[in-house]
Amino acid sequence: MRPFIVLLNKEFIKLRRDSFLPKLIVILPIALMLIAPLLVRMDVRNVNVAVVDLDHSTTSHRIVSHIKASEYLSLVGATAEFDLAMKGLEEGTIDIIVQIPDHFERDMAVSTPEKISIIANAVNAVKGSMGTQYVVQTIAHALVEFSNEKSPNQLSEVVTVQNRYNPTLNYPHYMIPALMIIIFILVCGFLPALSIVEEKEVGTIEQINVSPVNRFDFTLSKLIPYWVIGFFALIVAMVIAHFVYGLIPTGSVWVIFLGTTLFILTISGFSLTMANFSNTMQQIMFVMFFFIMIFILMSGLLTPIDSMPDWAQTFTLLLPPRYFTDILRSVYLRGTTIAELWQEFVALGSFAIIFNILAAVTYKKQA
Amino acid sequence: MSETVISVRNLTKRFGNFTAVNNISFDVYRGEIFGFLGANGAGKTTAMRMLCGLSYPTSGSGTVAGFNVMREGEMIKRHIGYMSQRFSLYNTLTVGENIKLFAGIYGLSKQVTAKRSEELLARLKFSSERDTLVKALPLGWKQKLAFAIAGIHRPEIIFLDEPTGGVDPVTRRQFWEMIYEAAEGGTTIFVTTHYMDEAEYCSRVSIMVDGEVRALDTPTRLKQQFNAGSMDEVFRMLARDAQRGE
Amino acid sequence: MKFFVCWPAMRKEENKVMRNNLFALVKKESLHILRDKRTMLIVILIPVVLIVLFGFAISTEVNNVNVAVVAPDRTNGVNDAVNRIAHNDYFTFCGYINQDEIDQQLRSGKVSAVIVFAPDFDRRMEQIYAGLPSTPIIQLIVDASNVNSAGAATAYMQEILLGTESQQAMFETRMLFNPQMKSAYNFVPGIMGLIFILVCAMMTSVSIVREKEVGTMEVLLVSPMRPTKVFFAKMIPYFVISCVVLIIILLLSYYLLHVPMSGGVWGIFSMSLLYVLLSLSLGLLVSIVVKTQVAALLLSGMVMMLPMLLLSGMLFPIENFPKFFEVLSNVVPARWYIEGIRKMMIQGSPFVAVWKEFTILLGMTVLFFGMSLLKFNDKLE
Repeated sequence: MRPFIVLLNKEFIKLRRDSFLPKLIVILPIALMLIAPLLVRMDVRNVNVAVVDLDHSTTSHRIVSHIKASEYLSLVGATAEFDLAMKGLEEGTIDIIVQIPDHFERDMAVSTPEKISIIANAVNAVKGSMGTQYVVQTIAHALVEFSNEKSPNQLSEVVTVQNRYNPTLNYPHYMIPALMIIIFILVCGFLPALSIVEEKEVGTIEQINVSPVNRFDFTLSKLIPYWVIGFFALIVAMVIAHFVYGLIPTGSVWVIFLGTTLFILTISGFSLTMANFSNTMQQIMFVMFFFIMIFILMSGLLTPIDSMPDWAQTFTLLLPPRYFTDILRSVYLRGTTIAELWQEFVALGSFAIIFNILAAVTYKKQA
Repeated sequence: MSETVISVRNLTKRFGNFTAVNNISFDVYRGEIFGFLGANGAGKTTAMRMLCGLSYPTSGSGTVAGFNVMREGEMIKRHIGYMSQRFSLYNTLTVGENIKLFAGIYGLSKQVTAKRSEELLARLKFSSERDTLVKALPLGWKQKLAFAIAGIHRPEIIFLDEPTGGVDPVTRRQFWEMIYEAAEGGTTIFVTTHYMDEAEYCSRVSIMVDGEVRALDTPTRLKQQFNAGSMDEVFRMLARDAQRGE
Repeated sequence: MKFFVCWPAMRKEENKVMRNNLFALVKKESLHILRDKRTMLIVILIPVVLIVLFGFAISTEVNNVNVAVVAPDRTNGVNDAVNRIAHNDYFTFCGYINQDEIDQQLRSGKVSAVIVFAPDFDRRMEQIYAGLPSTPIIQLIVDASNVNSAGAATAYMQEILLGTESQQAMFETRMLFNPQMKSAYNFVPGIMGLIFILVCAMMTSVSIVREKEVGTMEVLLVSPMRPTKVFFAKMIPYFVISCVVLIIILLLSYYLLHVPMSGGVWGIFSMSLLYVLLSLSLGLLVSIVVKTQVAALLLSGMVMMLPMLLLSGMLFPIENFPKFFEVLSNVVPARWYIEGIRKMMIQGSPFVAVWKEFTILLGMTVLFFGMSLLKFNDKLE
């Protein structure tokens, strides 16, 4: 018992006295939680629309004012110069050009008019398609209001929409659980590995290896400080989420704690296992970057797993963060119970056990 | 006849195609200061690491403090002390904290640790530096501290790997006095070095060239055998045809 | 007299020695890097994997939304509507459920939306068509916790249920630069920006600081080689690696993702090389300022890479940012690089069209380089 206690004590002393790490551990979660929710948005807003109006009729003016009033669209120009608009499209100041053809209003009354032309900058494919959708819907609404005929659009009054769990469609609320997970991955996934590889490079690990210290004691002493730090990050994140963004867990806080515990165990165990195979800082840095990158991109944190092709979806079953993303978002936003998440918990628990055993077993005192 | 504390037979270590240590055999007796000499790259450190349970031999056998190097590495570690070229102390811990750490690692109780810590600091005349960070210590002090800590659990054998690297001659002299003291107390000292003048301080000396033990005897007898005035000369004669080293 | 005659020859010899020294240092650096096969492998793998992921796996589109239906009367109209939903690629029809199961199904995440049809649907529908007032007959209950899909899913569902796709006939739409609507196009420039910062800023600074830590840096600095040459020697191998990675990315983008690159490859190369130089000077700056490898890693990682990931527009569109951050993003070098590359690589704009971005990057490079030199001279004293 004594060797384990002095080793753990040593880790905390080292951490305290480090010039960089304590500041990082405090500042990173706080900074990310305060800033990132405002930035991490992948929805489409503020689509810049330029209207080339060749008709100059009441109808076309109506269209322009509807576009102006839209919450998703931003009217940046109503001009007769198509080339000017095109230049803006190429430079990036305009996202979509709407060209209303000559005699549009006149033709609408008698026959099928010439089509309204919509040209979208589709470099950002989602913005191009969603933006176009919004423009189409906005124009269609404008035209409906103006005609006397009943058109299918009036039927929209017979459909009601109830948005549950996030009635205001608050984007930060959706992203905050994901950001918390990213913080855990950075703090508990990246740093423990650095701690072991640093001892390897400096040489102190040799002094440990030549002593009768049990490798489980050593591994545990390396893990525990980061479990504590991970929990600290959780509290900080939850407090900021509550008081700055108004996000309160809908479900049980204990389930959140349990999930976080399992996840922190898993990710730090993974981190140490990787470190046991690396001898230099440069190597471990790159290896961890590679895995962390895959974790963040493929676990459903930023983009939905459901949108991925089948082969990718199957692959994500191997990624621990995928299960925790499910758990944290569900509990925070929908109030899902632990019973409804039992599969995710079993998966996460298994990963926790596997990686921690691996971390201890792959540590070789004698090579 | 003295008791054998280290016994090595046909010990070999290969890394792929490269044979770092080639079929070495020797014995070390209790209480001696055994010098393990050779140029850089000759294989000294590799051989020592096998004896300390840091590395598995490719073939051959050996016992250290009565335990088998291949299968009982963890038992060996309870009975030996070790100090590396890099004086592996924790730079961001104080002198006192390092002592407590390593004492605890070897299973010494709090009371025993406190007592030995006092003794150690007094002996080194470090008592005022208990709360100084190791990284602030001059090199010579780090070296002495590392040696003292290596012996804190009163091991039978202390292994020293190039302990005097980069240190001035006066400090080296003082350091060897510490080694003498330890040996007089019954501790066996196994020390590797590439400083040939330090060979004179040892009870017996072995010289490694290209992974093999080319000579093994007391310094006096080696000088007679090679008709040399100093161990340096002895070494140069042996190392004339060496493939590896500086 | 003899001295002046010999001096040019001596100088030439000196220069030759200097060049040989530089060459030797570069060679040593390169060997050192190449020996670490694992890192080299990962440096190549990262952009390849990113391109594959963004090209084929990751998408921000809405797909496979699980929908359940509550319909006390399964009339023709209801069946018809449900069929249309089921056959649509965006949705996965999960079956009929009861009213009291709605909560559990949504909360547990089994479905993301529930369509509730009013009883006697067909008759009520006729009433509406006849112009008689009516209460809503379809209710969409949507799991809005996933904000992205909720909005889109709701809009799609309404379109399908009400059969309003016909309004599309009024429009002629053209998607410029990306007719096949590949989401990968948007991300490739970001991948390039990321990998160069990784190799040139992070890797370089860690490598330089490592020599500082181990102590060999002082040895180099007291040698007859000028300090600037020492740093050059360190940066040249990483410059070469970056060029190799650049070529790999361009090849993959063209052949695997079919990114048009119609603006000409030379423009893309020039801007990328400038960006590489910028990243190298950032790496240099970091290495001068910090003392340990861990600090170099964390400084370049957290202070450089994180802002870059968040603010440069590579993942998250800058237009969505609050005004303050929109302005702040101008300070992030990657933002200009990514914009320039997007225009050239995907829009096919000629090099002259990105003069603004190029000039800004140039200015930043000079600035960072200057700062490094200043800081270095400070430290030497």
